Order: sequence, then C-alpha cells, then structure tokens
Amino acid sequence: MSVPTDSPTAGSESGRAASQAAPLALRMIGISKAFGSTRALVEVDLDVRPGEVHALVGENGAGKSTLMKVLSGALQPDAGRMILEGRPYGPRGPLDARAAGVAMIYQELSLAPDLSVEENVLLGVEPTAFGFVHRSRMRSRVEEALHLLHHGDIRPGARVGDLSIGAQQLVEVARALAAKARVVVMDEPTSSLSQADTEVLFEVIHALRDSGVSVIYISHFLEEVRAVADRFTVLRDGRAVGTSEVASTPTAGIIRLMVGRELADMYHRTPHEIGEVVLDLSSLTGRKVPQGADLVLRRGEILGIAGLIGSGRTELVRAVFGLDEVVSGEVRVEGVSTTGWKPPRMLACGVGYLSEDRKTEGLAENLTVVDNLTLSRLRPYVSFGLLSRRRARDAAREWIGRLGIRTQGPDQPITGLSGGNQQKVALARLLHQEADVLLLDEPTRGIDVGSKADIYALIGELAAQSKAILWISSYLPELLGVCDSLAVMHRGLLSEKRPVSEWSPEAIMHVATGGDAEPAAEAAGHAPQGNAIDGRDPCAGEEPRP
Amino acid sequence: MTRDTGPELLEAPRQAAYRRLINLLGPMIGLILIIFAGGVAEQRMGGSLNYWSPQNQCLILTQTITVAMGAIGMTLIIISGGIDLSAGSLIALTAVASAWIVRELSPADVAATLGGFEAVWVPAVALAGGVALGCLAGGVNGFLITRLKLAPFIITLGMMSFARGAAKGIANMQRIDAPLNWISEFTAANLVLFRMNVRRVYDLPVLGEVRIDWVGPAAISAAVVVTVALAIAAAVLLGRMRLGRHIFAIGSNEATARLCGVRVEWTKWLVYAMAGAMFGLAGVTDFGRLSVGDPTTAMGKELDIIAAVVIGGGSLNGGVGSVFGSLIGALLMAHLRNLCVHLGLPNYVQEMVVGVVIIVAVTVDRLRQRRRD
Repeated sequence: MSVPTDSPTAGSESGRAASQAAPLALRMIGISKAFGSTRALVEVDLDVRPGEVHALVGENGAGKSTLMKVLSGALQPDAGRMILEGRPYGPRGPLDARAAGVAMIYQELSLAPDLSVEENVLLGVEPTAFGFVHRSRMRSRVEEALHLLHHGDIRPGARVGDLSIGAQQLVEVARALAAKARVVVMDEPTSSLSQADTEVLFEVIHALRDSGVSVIYISHFLEEVRAVADRFTVLRDGRAVGTSEVASTPTAGIIRLMVGRELADMYHRTPHEIGEVVLDLSSLTGRKVPQGADLVLRRGEILGIAGLIGSGRTELVRAVFGLDEVVSGEVRVEGVSTTGWKPPRMLACGVGYLSEDRKTEGLAENLTVVDNLTLSRLRPYVSFGLLSRRRARDAAREWIGRLGIRTQGPDQPITGLSGGNQQKVALARLLHQEADVLLLDEPTRGIDVGSKADIYALIGELAAQSKAILWISSYLPELLGVCDSLAVMHRGLLSEKRPVSEWSPEAIMHVATGGDAEPAAEAAGHAPQGNAIDGRDPCAGEEPRP
Repeated sequence: MTRDTGPELLEAPRQAAYRRLINLLGPMIGLILIIFAGGVAEQRMGGSLNYWSPQNQCLILTQTITVAMGAIGMTLIIISGGIDLSAGSLIALTAVASAWIVRELSPADVAATLGGFEAVWVPAVALAGGVALGCLAGGVNGFLITRLKLAPFIITLGMMSFARGAAKGIANMQRIDAPLNWISEFTAANLVLFRMNVRRVYDLPVLGEVRIDWVGPAAISAAVVVTVALAIAAAVLLGRMRLGRHIFAIGSNEATARLCGVRVEWTKWLVYAMAGAMFGLAGVTDFGRLSVGDPTTAMGKELDIIAAVVIGGGSLNGGVGSVFGSLIGALLMAHLRNLCVHLGLPNYVQEMVVGVVIIVAVTVDRLRQRRRD
C-alpha cells in the first residue's frame, strides 16, 4: 500500500497515473446532487484503496447518506462519475450495484427473521438445480463466507430471528461476501450492538480488509473510527473537506474538520441556582425495574442518570411520567403525589418526557414540524373549539428561531429534517408545553456534534430558568461535563445521587457494572474525558437480580 | 447553526394549502376522466348522451349517499389508523331497527301511509333510534378495541357477523314492512334544482351525430344536502379542532400521541362511536330508500366504503386522509356503476371494472406521493 493518493483534489492526470499503478478500489469524482434548492453534495471526491477501511465522518446532514445512496444506485447524481476497480461504474439501482460488487449494510438490519442463516445469506442468489434449491452447495458457500469472517460457529441452518443482534449483523456481512462484494458500505453498524459484539464486528471488518475487500465505514463515534479505520474523509455541508490517515490525525483535528470550528467550550456551563425540591421519588418500583428508586430533583438542577442499557433508566422515567406501571412506591411533584397518574395529567402539572426512541415514539413521522411541536399543547390556539393553524404556525416559527432548527418551515414534514434538528423539534415540544420538570432520555443520541453542543447549551439555559432536568445518557463525557449531580443505575437499582465532582468515569463504570459505590467514589475527581459507556450491556433484557 | 430560512418560511403556509389541494386533485381528475370517457363511450356506442344529462348527474348524487355517509365515518377511523369491517352490517342492522320502530309505533289500523301527528314523531324516533343504535355498536367496537387491545380488523370482523345476525333476528329472517313516512321523502329525489327541456340532435364534426334527450326535472334528495353538511362538519373537526389533530396524531404514531398527553383510548373510542353514528344514519337512509327494513341490505358495502376512502387518498397505515377526498371516492364509484348501466354492461362487468379502478386509483396515488418524497 504505497500509493500516494492522500489528496483527493489532485489533478485528474496524476489521479489516472496513480490508478494505473495500483487501481483504486473505488473513485468517486466530482459528485454533485441537489434536492430542490438544497445542495446535498457539491463536487465530492472520494478515493477508496483496495483492502482499506475508509471512514466517512461528518455531522448529520453533511451528506454522508446521500453520497452512499449515489454509490449504491439509490440516487442518481446530478454530476460526477464513478470508477470501480478501474472500470466506469454507474449503477441504475441497488441490485445493479450489488451485481457490480458494491454492498450496503444498513443501520436497520434487513434480514428475514423467519428464514435460516443460509437462506438469508443467499437470498435472491440461491444456487439451483432444475429450479430446486441446491442445499449442499448453498451450505458450503455460506460456511465458506462465515469461515472467512472467522465465525464458523454460526450454524447455517439456524433461524436468523433466534440469533443475537450481533450475530445477525455478521449474517449481513456474510451476505455481502457471498455476493462477491468488492466494496462494503457500513452505515452506523454498531448503533444496536453491545460492546462485545462491536469488538467482534471490528474483527470481522479487519478480516474483510485482509481478504482485499474495501470497507466504507460511517460512524458518529470517533473512538470507533480510530479503532477500525485506516483513513478517513470528512464531509461538511455536502463537501469533502479533508482526507487523511487516521493514525496521524488527532481526534480534535477530525472534530475541527467536521464542525469547521473549535469545540473547546462544548460543555459550556451556564451559571444556575439550585432551588427547592420539585420531583421526589420514594422507593419507586415498576413491574421489573426500577426497584425501590429514591431520588430528589430540585429546581435548576441538572441530574444525570448513568448506567448500561437495560439497567432500568428508561423504565424509571417512564414510570415517573405514567407511561409504565408503578407497582409500589411514590412519585411526588411539588409535594403532590402523582403516583399512577397518566401522561395527560403529568403534562398538566408541568412534567415533560423526551423519548429515547425518536423514530418510533418521539415524533410522528408523517406529520409536519408544527404538528409535532404543538401536539402536546394545542389549547392556546383553540378559540370557540376551532384551531387556528396560523397561530400554531407562528408559535412554531418562534421556536424554530429560538432553537436554531434548520427547516424549510413549520409545514415541512418532520422526516425532511436531519436527526439533530428532529431532536430539537422534540425538545421544542417540551419547552412549548411549558414543562418545568424535563425528563430527557438520551437527548443527544444519534445526532451530530454541532447539534449536541447546541443541546448542551440549551439544557444549561433551561436550568438557569430554574427548570429541573433529569437526564439519562450513555455518554459519560456529556454527563460529567454538563450535570450538577449524578446517580447510576444497575439492574434496576438506583445509586445514591452525588455531586458530579465526586464522580469519575471509572467510578461510574464501577457502579454501573455492579460494583459497590463506596470505594469507587474515593477515586473520583478527574477530568471527564473519553470512556463512553456507550450503554452496551450484553446482559440487557435479563431479569434483575433479586 | 445557519438560520438562512427566512424566505422559505414565508412560503410555507401557501405550500401547505397547495399540498392539500393537490391531494384532492388526484381523485378529482380521476372522476373527471371517468365522466368524460363515459360520455364519449356512450355516444360512440349509440349516439345518445344521457349519462351526461343534469338529471342523471343528480340521480348519481342521490345514489351515492349511503356510501358517502359511511365514508365520512370511515375516514375518521382510517385516519386514526383503524378499520371497520362492520359498516355494511351496521347499516343493515340500523335499517331494520328503524323500520321496526316505525312499524311498532304505528297504529295498527294504518295501511300504507302514516298520517296526522304520528307522521311527524314516529319517523323522528326511528331516525334517532337508528343513529343511536349505530353509535352504540360503534362504541362497543371502540370499547373492545381499546380494552382488549385487539386489532380493529378482528373486533369489527366479529361485529360484522354479530350485527348481521342481529338484524336478521330483529326482522325474524324477513323484511320488515313499515308504513310510508317522511324518511322515504327525505331520501327520495324530490328537491328539484331546475327543469330543462332539451331534445335535439347535433351533428358534430368528429363525433358525428349526438342525440341530446335531457328532459324533466333535475332533482336531488334532501339527504344529499345533509351529507354535504356532515362532510363539512367532519372536515372542520379533522382540520380545525383539537380532537381532529389528535386523531391524525394517533394514526400517524400512537406512541408519540400517548407521550404528548393525547388520551388515545378515549379518542379512539369516540372515533368508532362517531363513525358508528354515521353508519346508523346511512342505515336509516337505506331504510328510507327501500321503504322496508331488509336485513340482507348493504352486503359488502363496507368494502365500497373503505375503497371510497382509499381512492380519496386515505392511507390504511393511518395518519393520512381527507373527508372530501373520500366523498369524491364515493362519487367516483357511483359514477362507475351508473355508467355501466348506461353502457348496457352486465352486472358482473360492473364489479370487475370497480375492482380494476380501485387498484388503479390507489396505485396512481401512491406513485404520485413517492415522487413528491
């Protein structure tokens, strides 16, 4: 691997010379794509070497997905051309791309759960004899692919729905291999994987690379990029702004390229005063989790809840908000017992909930921005029983301005917004309903760095307006950077709340994985850096210990 | 964050109104195409052009009302993400029930027509009773769907069979004969809009000889006016009232609606009850039209009603639909049937044509939406 192609903007002459020396696996040259007046891609160049892992990073809305859709033939570019292994490449659709050797592995798994591993791997390309599926040939081809991935342990006859998510992802990769893919695109492949499965996936990616396949790896997690990729290309506002070796570029440098500015004050703290108690939980117990949670939240307080996924954090806030059943214990809001109240009454007493699952719960996907934003509080726009769409729209416009939501306007369908902007709409809904107690479940999940910084600043401002914030997150740096105090959940049990200065990432991990809080707390007090829990609990879903 | 959204913001409201109009335009164009093509076909086949006559157009309006009333209710249900298969059976049940009420409350000596004071209140009670019974049955649907947490498809499938059986039980496996009353007047085409007397033969350049024989009053029934009024009310409910926005939100994403404090169960229950009342009204009009309570009436009507909603742009996934679209859908199907009669096509051809049109209409609509995304 000694081809000097680090500069994607090099002249086409030298580019051609290089490609003759050792043909690049893939070249995308001057790709442009516009949707109406939005320029999603502007003359993007991307070079992928044979047998390398090439990370594609950038904020949400930077154009990564659009670029990959062009690569897979799902979108036709307005300008530009592509060269795959030295031959011109212009797929008319995903099938075309697959036949040419470009395979996509999507965030959402696209497997048929009721079919077996081998049927899934060879779906659509089954070896046949006289119209009958050739079972033995099928099995040997699948086993070959699984062995290449060092995972001969997956039984080809197993039903895919019975496999873990991690194993299912491997089946997807095997499918790409069986299709003789030369370039495999992985779009946020780890978003639903546990830590252990992520490591397995990385091994698989390296196995792919060693067999000469090129991998384009899209991720929000720069730690992952560092662990798995050889080179990276940064997209910003639809332009490729830099390509380089991962090893020789510090993470801060990559972030700077992504956002086009320094994020030194990423966790900027707005000074705020902590007031009287507004939410008080005493031995709150749900059907499975939480178990006897005690918690006190005060006005102007930002209280973080750390813990692994499946530890019962989400169930805790859902029980508070009345979405999940409370078996015993009590919830008090400003001294009034609200135990067992349903969401409409909780809303009325100023409690708002931001769901961790933006797609299936947080937002109604075929409604517009204004509908989503005002849904929980339409009353101000109703006079004599009639709703004034104009006034609702005006209010939505105000929130769009205040939170800097990037949208064409209140009537744009919510699906047209990037993830970060969708999340801002969901947050705006809580603010619009004038909630005083904000239960935020993973408010920064799956959104870009710039939007994250905006949301941190917003949460700080809200605390300064003496709103109380309960914030669940799997990303420790943000909890340690923004919160006043922290509690950690493990298997349904909530630890004592302590000021954030008494916690270190190690101490949190210690409690979250089942250690005693006491010894860990002494080792606290360090700068919040790195070490995201990423909430990957291999035991997620198990019964909590008694 | 860039905030260069100024000019686009100003455009937005106009866009929304425009989009709504476009959504109605699809079914509208389909309807116009059918009317146009139908007229041409009739002329080609025999030279006459009675299908286009104002008299016939008014007749079609009157023939649409049962499906149209049902479609108004079904639109609410489909937007909320549900379905109601019991609509046809509920029409039969309420038709029989209102006939039964008229028969039971009429004095024994009345032969053919109600007279005196009874002529006013007996049918009124029957009307109220039919609507109330429909509302009750719809309420039961909604109650079971929200309490048992079962799919609307299953619950209303059960209600479809139950209500049909109940109708036959009330009618004792026969038709219920009732004295003539104002419900029949209400559904008969006796609101004369205008009269015309055109009987002429034109010799047009391309088409050739065209015989126009448009004689007599162009009349609609009062039920048409009531249907239009109810459609306007339902459209206002859906578009301009809190309840309506909640119905859209539930159909679009039930989990989101619940999280936003929408009383999901209560709203669904209301939706099925309101739709049931509409089916009840459709049943009473059916009784008026036939002037007997026939327990086998409106067999399979629920499918016509669902088709009307879907042709009109409603999505069976919920969250999408429009009352006026559904009305156009209902009208489109009435036109098809009427047209087949004018073209002298046998009944089985009618049914096949209706089937093809449903599939074509929905396909075209989905293609249009995909392009917009």
